[in-house]
Amino acid sequence: MIVGAETALETVVREEWGRLTSLLLAQFRRLDLVEDALGDAVEAATRHWPVSGAPDNPAGWLLTTARRRILDRLRGEAMAHRKAPLLVTEAVGREEGLRAMADPGGLVEDDLLRLVLMCTHPALAPESASALTLRMVLGISTHDIARLFLVSEPTAAARITRAKKKIVAAGIPFGVLAADALPERLETVAQTAYLAFTAGYAPGSGADLLRADLAGEAIRLVRVVRDLRPQEPAPVALLALMLLQHSRRDARVDADGRLVLLDDQDRGRWRHDEIDEAVALLADPVLAGPLTPLVASYVVQARIAAEHARAPSAGETSWERIVALYDLLLQLTGSPGARLARAVAVAEASGPAAGLVALEGIEIPGSHRVAAVRAELLARAGDTARAVVAYDEALELCRNEAERAHLLERRDRAALPGR
Amino acid sequence: MKRYVVLLACDPGDWASASPAVQQEYFDAHQAFERYVDAHGRRISSAPLAGADTATTLRHADGSLTVTDGPFVESVEQVAGYYDVELPDLDSAIAAGRLLPASYAVEIRPTVTIEGYEPA
Repeated sequence: MIVGAETALETVVREEWGRLTSLLLAQFRRLDLVEDALGDAVEAATRHWPVSGAPDNPAGWLLTTARRRILDRLRGEAMAHRKAPLLVTEAVGREEGLRAMADPGGLVEDDLLRLVLMCTHPALAPESASALTLRMVLGISTHDIARLFLVSEPTAAARITRAKKKIVAAGIPFGVLAADALPERLETVAQTAYLAFTAGYAPGSGADLLRADLAGEAIRLVRVVRDLRPQEPAPVALLALMLLQHSRRDARVDADGRLVLLDDQDRGRWRHDEIDEAVALLADPVLAGPLTPLVASYVVQARIAAEHARAPSAGETSWERIVALYDLLLQLTGSPGARLARAVAVAEASGPAAGLVALEGIEIPGSHRVAAVRAELLARAGDTARAVVAYDEALELCRNEAERAHLLERRDRAALPGR
Repeated sequence: MKRYVVLLACDPGDWASASPAVQQEYFDAHQAFERYVDAHGRRISSAPLAGADTATTLRHADGSLTVTDGPFVESVEQVAGYYDVELPDLDSAIAAGRLLPASYAVEIRPTVTIEGYEPA
């Protein structure tokens, strides 16, 4: 019984948090009260449900309880004659909408989209927007958000508070955009989700795998947005890219917590269901039309990842196709990271000498990656002396323990005489 | 409706060196901004400002007032004008600000009311 109640609560928090938040915001327009009230309702559920059993409509129970909390607070404020700032909403438009629309379900979905667009507004600092979105739309705890972004819990909480303050003070609306403004804003939504996703893969110390699971929450966010607006290309492209990157999570780190490079990964441990879903997404007709540079770059990166994912073994990878895709990517973004990855692909397709030529002129200040690739290619080309120098250069810059261990091992192997 | 002060910053040399045709583009951009505000909200006031080299800054330090020549902060970009407007939300303020000349940096600041303060 207790287990049943706990599962029901976990499920409803996981699946309905964003909808509940958006419904409460639409009704009360009080960003400062809604999250606390919903938190209180969940807390009340942890006490009541194990005793009296989970209610038939768990989401409705939480909504009613949270509403009561908010009404209590509002009554208290009215007695104290305090006036708190309200969110800006399209009050008039909503009433008209309520009259015009027969389907209340559609309105609820619009409230969820309002919430997503508000939390990812470009006027918010990206790291604050990411934290706020994970909290408000997906109900992820501040504790987990802090772990995802490798910051302290107070820092994560402060980012969320700062974002909420700015939303109310600056008048960031809880509203649905005109159709022509939506694609641009969905790109910001995508960037916000991708920031959270890549944070989960940023090398941390220790519990790397757990953080990959948190990165998966960013995938859930993109799914929410895609379900709301399936005809928009940005969420489709990003979902494909994330799924392909995420599908390798179990093979990335070995039993001792050491990094496993793509070539050496056990492909049996890749999540092939996720790869299949991503490949199907890449064939979605919404990606066939003209795409903005950002969305196109997601598509090309996803196609590169798909080439790796579909190769039966590292040796059977089609490096020529991958180089061609990187050439496309470089037309969309001149980022040094993309140029570096292209140089690696060139080396695989045409040998280390060609890779070293492709590497010329690439600089990523403060990063060890260019030096690490140069070292690897020099070692393969047989230029041991220069390879060791390059490994040392990379080690000088590298701050991550797992990667340092890998570089040290490679350097020592390169330095072995008569290799 | 929310009230915003829209601060306009630009390199003062841009205007000084603008040809009559370019100056007309600036005028058109400002009128587009003003028409947008009129359609969606209300203009409260606005003014172009004289150059920052004409600014005077007052500061109190150690109990005495110092009066210095120049703006708060010395930088290449200077506040060159402002609009005080009422608009529904930040999105409409951004949509309006987007119409201003592309060489400007535009800062949108919501205004606040200070509780307990009654203007004299």
